[in-house]
Amino acid sequence: MAPTKYLLSVYGVEDAPVPTAEEMQRAFAAVDAFNGQLQEKGAWVFAGGLCPPDTATVVSMSEGQVMTTDGPFAESREHLGGFWVIQAADLDEALEWSRQASVACANPVEVRPFQSDV
Amino acid sequence: MADRADIGDTIAAVFREEHGRVVATLVRLLGDIDRAEEAVQDAFLVAADRWPRDGLPPNPGGWIVTTARRRAIDRLRRDAMREDRQEQAVRLEERLIDQPEEDIAVPDDRLRLMFTCCHPALAQPAQVALTLRLLGGLDTPTIARAFLVPEATLAQRLVRAKRKIRDARIPYRVPTDADLPDRLRPVMAVIYLVFNAGWIAEGGTLVDDDLCGEAIRLARLLVELMPDEPEAAGLLALLLLLQARQPARTAADGTLVLLPDQDRTRWNQALLAEGRTLVRACLRRGAPGPYQIQAAINAVHSDAARADQTDWAQILALYDHLLALQPTPVVALNRAVAVAELHGPRAALDLLDQLDLPAYQPFHVVRAELLARAGRSTEARASYDAALARTTSEVERVHLTRRRAELPDHGSRVDVDWDA
Repeated sequence: MAPTKYLLSVYGVEDAPVPTAEEMQRAFAAVDAFNGQLQEKGAWVFAGGLCPPDTATVVSMSEGQVMTTDGPFAESREHLGGFWVIQAADLDEALEWSRQASVACANPVEVRPFQSDV
Repeated sequence: MADRADIGDTIAAVFREEHGRVVATLVRLLGDIDRAEEAVQDAFLVAADRWPRDGLPPNPGGWIVTTARRRAIDRLRRDAMREDRQEQAVRLEERLIDQPEEDIAVPDDRLRLMFTCCHPALAQPAQVALTLRLLGGLDTPTIARAFLVPEATLAQRLVRAKRKIRDARIPYRVPTDADLPDRLRPVMAVIYLVFNAGWIAEGGTLVDDDLCGEAIRLARLLVELMPDEPEAAGLLALLLLLQARQPARTAADGTLVLLPDQDRTRWNQALLAEGRTLVRACLRRGAPGPYQIQAAINAVHSDAARADQTDWAQILALYDHLLALQPTPVVALNRAVAVAELHGPRAALDLLDQLDLPAYQPFHVVRAELLARAGRSTEARASYDAALARTTSEVERVHLTRRRAELPDHGSRVDVDWDA
């Protein structure tokens, strides 16, 4: 059976304490190592970190007109900080990758399956 | 030849007995829970039509699996005609036909299905509903009633859980040894919860035998399939020792009888013996866990021929151990009951004052009984009111109302509700 793709979203809380430079360095190194693991095991599809939510812009259509507004879209205290797209045989495999991802980036990770291609 | 009513009962019994096994086998064969359920339902309909006429086949479970498998192939062929489901249908049909027919029952099937139903990615209410539906063969209205949710809510919960299993690809297999402790815990929690829901049932009768019986069946299955897990044996022992007391828990008029007042000759000796043997066997392995300790506590109760012969010192020592493993307010509450027996109600009330369990009905029951024993009738009345406000069992409501009415204006001894 073809592997399923999963979105691993990293969530940050708005007013969480800002990590020190040293903590940031450690997280970057850990994420690099984790990415290497994903690539080596053939689980890697794509990954990236995002700029802070206040850099976001929302585009929407209203009565045929394009509306452009200052973002972010979701008025929530938790924001997407980055993500991985991986492929795995099943949820248990995806959860094991997510555990490692959460340790590496020192944040909670949400796992969500993509719709199947078929 | 059996008459129609008899064969109807037999089919119902085979359904209860074999449902988990055949659904689990079909889930493995088809890789899809909805299709497995459909096929099994088809097969039982065929049985209901044919068995009254032709008599029971020699191996009813095997007959159901074979029939369900054939019905599944029929349905897949029909679906293959429909464009939107064609691809999946063809793939599944190939998969089914590849399986040799004689090799279709694998003992691990139900275990695999149990781990799927109780996967930690599913919320506990969904785990419970799926386990009872798929492994127990209980219908949606029965499960909804047992857990006090509207039928539509429960049906929706099942649909969502099955969709998540399919879309997120929750696997159908026994976890690796490394993951087993984490994965076994929710399975045991679900079985315990099912038993609990039956122990003090909703509404007019005290016990829901279906739920208690189903929990014991699932616990037996877990022990049979994972004989090296002492906590699984501990869970089964605990349930058997509790179940043994069922006949003595209600009086002839249907009212509740608490542990100290029970006629111990009405306890089921066969269940007690089995439970005690299991407790001894699992504790000898030297890996005590919460279920084994709770089973040991109940074994101590069962060793006393009369309530006043109970070895409370040993029970308190076991609760100390349990509290160290599981430092929760609920365990502390149960431990306080043992403290009351050894050191009096005041010592126990001091312990209760440190607990924060305002929404937990048994907390108010224990507190009321302790206050009554300490001669603090006014406070006891308030605690009975708090307990009654949180009581859903009609039998328990009658019991607590009577206890409250019995409160004297001066202090006198009233037994604690050990059985809560």
